[in-house]
Amino acid sequence: MFPTPIEKSSPGAQIAYKTLLPISLLIWLAPLLAVALFSIKPDSDFTTGNYWGLPSSFEGFANYGLVFTSDMPRYMLNSILITVPTVIGCIVLSSMTGFALGIYKFKANIWVFFMFVAGNFVPFQILMVPVRDLTLDMGLYNTIPGLVLFHIAFQTGFCTLFMRNFIRALPYELVEAARVEGISEWRIFWYVVMPLMKPALAAMAVLIFTFIWNDYFWAVVLTQGVESQPVTAGITSFNAQFRAAYHLMSAGSIVAALPPVAMFFLMQKHFIAGLTLGAVK
Amino acid sequence: MANIAVPQTEYAQPRERGWYKRNEIAVTPWLFLIPGILFFMVYVIIPIFQSFYYSTLSWDGLGEAEFIGLSNYSELWDDSAFYTSLRNNIIWLFLYLLAIPAGLGIALLLNQTVFGIRLYKSLFFFPFVISQVVVGLVFGWFYDPTFGLFNIALGWFGLGPINVLGDENYVTYGIIAAGLWPQTAYCMILYLTGLNAVDPEQIEAARLDGAKRLKMLWYVVIPQLKPATFIAFVVTIIGALRSFDLISIMTNGGPFGESRVLSFYMFEVALSEYGFRMGYGAAIAVVLFLIMLVFITYFLYSMYQEEKGR
Repeated sequence: MFPTPIEKSSPGAQIAYKTLLPISLLIWLAPLLAVALFSIKPDSDFTTGNYWGLPSSFEGFANYGLVFTSDMPRYMLNSILITVPTVIGCIVLSSMTGFALGIYKFKANIWVFFMFVAGNFVPFQILMVPVRDLTLDMGLYNTIPGLVLFHIAFQTGFCTLFMRNFIRALPYELVEAARVEGISEWRIFWYVVMPLMKPALAAMAVLIFTFIWNDYFWAVVLTQGVESQPVTAGITSFNAQFRAAYHLMSAGSIVAALPPVAMFFLMQKHFIAGLTLGAVK
Repeated sequence: MANIAVPQTEYAQPRERGWYKRNEIAVTPWLFLIPGILFFMVYVIIPIFQSFYYSTLSWDGLGEAEFIGLSNYSELWDDSAFYTSLRNNIIWLFLYLLAIPAGLGIALLLNQTVFGIRLYKSLFFFPFVISQVVVGLVFGWFYDPTFGLFNIALGWFGLGPINVLGDENYVTYGIIAAGLWPQTAYCMILYLTGLNAVDPEQIEAARLDGAKRLKMLWYVVIPQLKPATFIAFVVTIIGALRSFDLISIMTNGGPFGESRVLSFYMFEVALSEYGFRMGYGAAIAVVLFLIMLVFITYFLYSMYQEEKGR
């Protein structure tokens, strides 16, 4: 193990390590702790300049209550309506493409694969004008399906990379054995490969959920009103409404950030497994 | 007449197998690929080429488009805002890479087995999970000249106050620092996973040979972390060139457009109050794409080498 386990070092070093650890964590998360503190303060604290002291009264319920009576719940709902179908669509499309590219050997395989990978790396701006145009032409501008369709298509690049590498790592003998038994190819997909993919699908689902929930660029490009904008874009209009009301902006930000955070802590193992796929040979 | 049971000697010919059955293994992958390729073509691949075409037009997105050849590009050549954006993009690229050593540093710090270390690891990773919109907002307050923690900390050393986001010399660095926060967390988790897989026997052997700390790190550990470093490099470069959210939230390009990068400038030109100049925006996007293409080619080349090695 590297570095040397701390238990093997001098008692002084051990104590130093164990005290420095929480301190460094506090510094690392200081900006977030500040927001959490702001979100329970009363309005008056900011006008009297009491930014960093203890709250003069606990206003957490009032602040968060106000967030929930604003447009925020609507934005949250939009985010869910955008995120969940995207996750489902990506899983469907990429388990198929991943299966095709991971199991079959054919000449174009690597080129189709590289097309997905390369497309996944391009800067969004090169797609912006044509995609916005296409969405307008389909009559889907400023609608949730317009955003969902694009997200599914774009994330298919990343998801194909992910699924294909995962399927590659499965024992190929399983497929061969199934073929010898005379099982048709789509049954191999459904009954042999898919059941083994459950951990990969879980990892991918949490990742895509987080990516899409946190998307801001496409939300601004393809939607513009409270009826379709997700919470990342909504928070800016919320903030414009409550300009300089730091306690409300803080509470709003925390509410907006909460779902992916909850997802991360609940599905931590899958989340990290997904993010670090390929980091180890 | 006797009905003698004769053993059956003739069997019905197996029915001619269908075309699909005969070609099942060759056809199935394409059937599975069609929906994915279709979506990806329509929304990603074709738009790339369309953008190249749009970059030769003068078009407001609604009215008649006029073909103007390379005029958009020659306008870019003399556009000082373009050069500011390009310069900032290069600063972003270099400074964002600091996330890799910083992530490695934190990973080394946390690669221990003391009580509660798992919680520490998740909490250090935490910033990556939050949307950049919220990160931008939080850092905007962090830098606030009247009450921001940053200026309070500067005050302890008798410095400041500095209005980081209002000062054209500091603004890009201030935004990059905000971006480094989640990016470092991402690199850290990559390295923590990598460190888990470092071969303990090699470490022990190196230790017996007298390798210590930095030498051990440089000659034994880092070579084994190569796959993690590659991924960290890929995601950091892409992250740097995609930077948009933070700039849009923290400064909206200001002051005086000094914090723009190409991705933001493109958006501004094509979709904001500066008018809907789709053609000019597409030309900026093409430049950004070509920069990215250098890296994409390198990434794909590395992946191709690895695929061949299997």
